Amino acid sequence: MAKTLGLTGNEAVAYAIMQINPDVMAAYPITPQTALVQKFADFLADGDVDTEMILVESEHSAMSATVGASAAGARAMTATAANGLALMWEIVYIAASNRLPIVMPVINRALSAPINILCDHSDTMGCRDTGWIQIYSENAQEAYENTIQAVRIAEHPDVLLPAMVTQDGFIISHGMEDVTILEKEQVQKFVGEYKPHYPLLDPEHPVSYGPIDFHDFYFEHKKPQVDAMENAKQVILDVGREFSKLSGREYGFFDAYRMEDAEIVAIMMSSTAGTTRPVVDELRRQGIKAGLLKLRVFRPFPAEEIVAALQGKKAVAILDRAISFGAQGGALFSEVCSALYNAGQRIPVINFLYGLGGRPAEIENIQEVYQKLQRIVQTGKVDNLINYLNLRE
Amino acid sequence: MAEITEIRWHGRGGQGAVTAAKILAQAAMEKGFHIQAFPEYGAERRGAPVKSFTRISKDPITIHSPIHNPSAVAVLDATLLDAVDVTEGLPEDGILVVNTVDNPADVRKKLNLKGRKVFTVDATQISIDCLGKPIPNTPMIGAVMRAAGTLPLEEVISGFKHKFSAKFQKEVIEGNIKAIKRAYEEVKTE
Repeated sequence: MAKTLGLTGNEAVAYAIMQINPDVMAAYPITPQTALVQKFADFLADGDVDTEMILVESEHSAMSATVGASAAGARAMTATAANGLALMWEIVYIAASNRLPIVMPVINRALSAPINILCDHSDTMGCRDTGWIQIYSENAQEAYENTIQAVRIAEHPDVLLPAMVTQDGFIISHGMEDVTILEKEQVQKFVGEYKPHYPLLDPEHPVSYGPIDFHDFYFEHKKPQVDAMENAKQVILDVGREFSKLSGREYGFFDAYRMEDAEIVAIMMSSTAGTTRPVVDELRRQGIKAGLLKLRVFRPFPAEEIVAALQGKKAVAILDRAISFGAQGGALFSEVCSALYNAGQRIPVINFLYGLGGRPAEIENIQEVYQKLQRIVQTGKVDNLINYLNLRE
Repeated sequence: MAEITEIRWHGRGGQGAVTAAKILAQAAMEKGFHIQAFPEYGAERRGAPVKSFTRISKDPITIHSPIHNPSAVAVLDATLLDAVDVTEGLPEDGILVVNTVDNPADVRKKLNLKGRKVFTVDATQISIDCLGKPIPNTPMIGAVMRAAGTLPLEEVISGFKHKFSAKFQKEVIEGNIKAIKRAYEEVKTE
């Protein structure tokens, strides 16, 4: 039977990893690492897992060890945050390009400078083009359940791509919430026994990982990564459906909250979506047709599905918790605009950059977003395409 | 919006304000409530003013923004009264519980406070008596529960046991429970 525990986001994901019981967990054990790995080390010390834990001297080495273990044929995981992910960068690409189904929880935190350890999405949004699946979690419950699902998604033979599962730094990672935890046997059964596809440690079937590959075949090795990302879409939906039988919660590409007859819509990811729900409820009580589209899966980007969900909407705000310097707004904004344009949809859109370095997203900030959308519907005009929420100017 | 009890804890780094917020949340969760307990992160230095928060609700809590208008405030260190505006955002009918040797009337006078309800308890002395150390956070949980009336004493104690039985020795658990009970009984009101 499932049980409810008071857990931080860090602890909830450590629980998930304990229940997955990976063969190898490699991690850099001090800051910018979070308490997630510390809690997992507790499970290891208590004999709850038989994982081989490798404590390394840097995040670059953490990902390198994970890549080595995964290529050898192990179910391998690591976890990181912020500058730790930045230091991993080189090997993050290598993990995806070698088609290694590594699952990595990431605590979303700001990148330096100035030094800041609080939440924003700069770390994972920065590696959106590395070839990793990216799943964003609203709360500790989702972070726990997304981590379990990510194993099945990454390891699916049609996919074979690494997956990062994120949660908002401190807001979720260090905040305690009531989290419903499955039995370890249920999780074990769900993830199943790992059968590596092309393990290095199989002398009967020798393989090479990452040899030289120039203009002759490099490009041909990239296209299957594109196809695998596309394949991941169906797998994400299938795994989500199967998991919902265990948890009772539905998991798709996004959560469409009060969207059906909505006229004004805000799109965002992670914990801010939770703060937006009561704002939408209050607007609905006032007769204003507000909706929320909380994106769960950023990579692969569910463009067609988002376009379908926005069909007939009168104005849409897209909230980005990371800046793409010099770009036309945040990365989520660009993706949504591109999807709408390609579908021939001319819905008025507006971008809000918010929450950098842990700047809170307050109820009144979200109310401001919907007020701007109402004005756009009334006037038919978008005055400012790119806006900054809760910023002193 | 759904009815949510929100409590803000003021302490100094090392006094256990975050742990207090979590123990209370744990107790409420075991009573069937949905909960959140979270710290406000700044530079973490021993002795620096810190804040933590507890949210308790019958309905699931989706909001993840900071608490600005708590229904109760607990102050773990009376020297903070000179350093921090502990009543900031506390509504007219809000509750203020301070760890001090002073009476509620003294605190009210010191803060020049209108409205609200003030409680005091000597949680530091209680923790020295029960635990041999000045760690006022657990007795303050007892005092806050008495003042706010959110949960019965037994629930708080069982929440504490469940959160810490794996972590601490039996004597430490017993000492803390004694401290929670004493503060629950000794908290002074106006």
